[in-house]
Amino acid sequence: MTDHELDPATAGAPRAPRRRRRVGRLSGRDKAVVAVLLGLPILLDLAFIWGPALGTIGLSFTKWNGVGSLSTKACLPNVPSILSNGCLYGVQNYHQALTIYPEFWPAVRHNLIWLAVFVFFATPLGMFFAVLIDRGIKGSRMYQSILFLPVMLSLALVGIIWEFMYSQNYGLINTVIGHNHNGNAIDWLGNPKLNLWAVLVEATWRQAGYVMVLYLAGLKAVDPQLREAALMDGTNAWQTFWKVVFPVMRPINIVVMVVTVIESLRAFDLVYITNKGINGLELLSVLVTSNIVGETQRVGFGSALGVVLLVISLVPICTFLYLTFRRESQPKGAR
Amino acid sequence: MTAQTIQGTAPRASAGGSKKPLRWGQIASQVFLICACVLWLLPIVFALYVALRPYSDTQKYGYVSLPHHLTLKNFSDAWSQSDMVHYFWNSVLITVPSVIIVLALASGLAFVLTRVNVKINVALLIVFTAGNLLPQQVIITPLYRLFLQIHVPTFLAGSGLLYNSILGLVVINVSFQLGFCTFVLSNYMKSIPDEMYEAALVDGAGLWTRFQKLTLPLCRPALAALATLLTTWIYNDFFWAITLMSSGDKRPITSALANLQGQFVSNQNLIAAAAMIVAVPTLVVYVLLQKQFIAGLSLGSSKG
Repeated sequence: MTDHELDPATAGAPRAPRRRRRVGRLSGRDKAVVAVLLGLPILLDLAFIWGPALGTIGLSFTKWNGVGSLSTKACLPNVPSILSNGCLYGVQNYHQALTIYPEFWPAVRHNLIWLAVFVFFATPLGMFFAVLIDRGIKGSRMYQSILFLPVMLSLALVGIIWEFMYSQNYGLINTVIGHNHNGNAIDWLGNPKLNLWAVLVEATWRQAGYVMVLYLAGLKAVDPQLREAALMDGTNAWQTFWKVVFPVMRPINIVVMVVTVIESLRAFDLVYITNKGINGLELLSVLVTSNIVGETQRVGFGSALGVVLLVISLVPICTFLYLTFRRESQPKGAR
Repeated sequence: MTAQTIQGTAPRASAGGSKKPLRWGQIASQVFLICACVLWLLPIVFALYVALRPYSDTQKYGYVSLPHHLTLKNFSDAWSQSDMVHYFWNSVLITVPSVIIVLALASGLAFVLTRVNVKINVALLIVFTAGNLLPQQVIITPLYRLFLQIHVPTFLAGSGLLYNSILGLVVINVSFQLGFCTFVLSNYMKSIPDEMYEAALVDGAGLWTRFQKLTLPLCRPALAALATLLTTWIYNDFFWAITLMSSGDKRPITSALANLQGQFVSNQNLIAAAAMIVAVPTLVVYVLLQKQFIAGLSLGSSKG
């Protein structure tokens, strides 16, 4: 019920007229108010979000260890790196990342696996939970609350809680399957062939509940008459969902898609708390971070990796913005 | 398992007229959901169980064994041995101002973007929304350098810099969440009928009055939902505190967990107890404000 009151799409749609006129002309005092209300957030956003985002691009063409100042001189080749510092390095950082940096391609692969698991497993699972719960079966409220619980916990906490499940010697999983002795213990979080999948189970455990909640809101907004009409026509529940309900939930589908992609690019906390993102758990996000807060600071190189992440994330971001704001700009053009 | 259940439920439910197949579908759904819920609760319940058992007990019988003693001593030990009050207080000092400031700024911005014709308002909204969607790691490198450059008076930040200060974390949390809140609030404000503003204008209300006396009260449900969501998110933040703070003692509790883990490395029961204590604030939100939290999430995903 609360959802309904809060949902602007349902609450406002019938009342707010399409051709929205903006009221009134501005007095001097009003202009000052506008300046303050606009100015402060814009300043913050430019200084701490978009400024640094552009800075990442700029720094990615330099070689800098963070000490001393930056200059616009080109780096001298064949000189010890201490002497060529804070200089323009061209695309060398990118070149190194793609060719000789051993962690780069594994990290890309891990990010892609992460994305694939979210897209093909966590998200469908969350949607399936939502569909089952939305049918109003007995105890649906309780199921919803339980499946939603992990969403409340921080990812750092999720990582710690799961260590009790995965631990070699005392973990629940190894004890139950009888692999908790020194000879045959399975090192779920230490074995580089296993640990990514083990961590992905943790991530899915949290993500599915998140997706479920988003879809529950979407399903509630679907006109029940649509479903009834489809069922009366003799379509079964399975077809009705995919042919009638799913397309109507388009806005939610877009949001879930963006959340899924962005969350798999942002993935950091879980692997960092597990083993600081090494030995099978390398991710692009970890590589960026370890190049700037580690002992040896490679600002230029870390930035180049950040740009790679930026370019990839621009795909879902632009898709989302295009699909979301397309409608808003249309009536404006018509006016 | 998933696919089986789908197949098991859907075609049968379609049979419509007869009641029996439908019931089978329901039973399958129930079984599936009960299994899922057991799996979902298992890690948390097991960690809680470890936290409730004395170290000596688990050493003697193993962690997966029936309880011989249950005790709350691990909780009190974890609490007193790790100076948790201090870290919790850091979390409060970061979370509370961040939530208030971000909601104040975002509601003002959303108001101007939806109610005043500033020509570029859609463009601005896009810029803010996109900023919130960037992975944090895209901006962290220059941000880290920037935080080392910006000097602030020592009464605001003990370090004299934005880096390694509570103020710095407030600044970045506010900036980063601004986009999401503006997006949600502007969608919400669009649903307020124009007639109300026209009436206010007839009464001679200035822009500030229209914002403060008319818009803000109407947005109260959205603000409450966002406040719940933001409190949880900022409390749960790990990345900013790990990267923009060097010393452990200024970190909020969530990122201090990494240190606690090192401190208690030989006593898993204490780690479990500490983890459970850290989860308490979010569990309070979960129990008392779950509806608000979910409403906030749904607001973010529905567009006006």
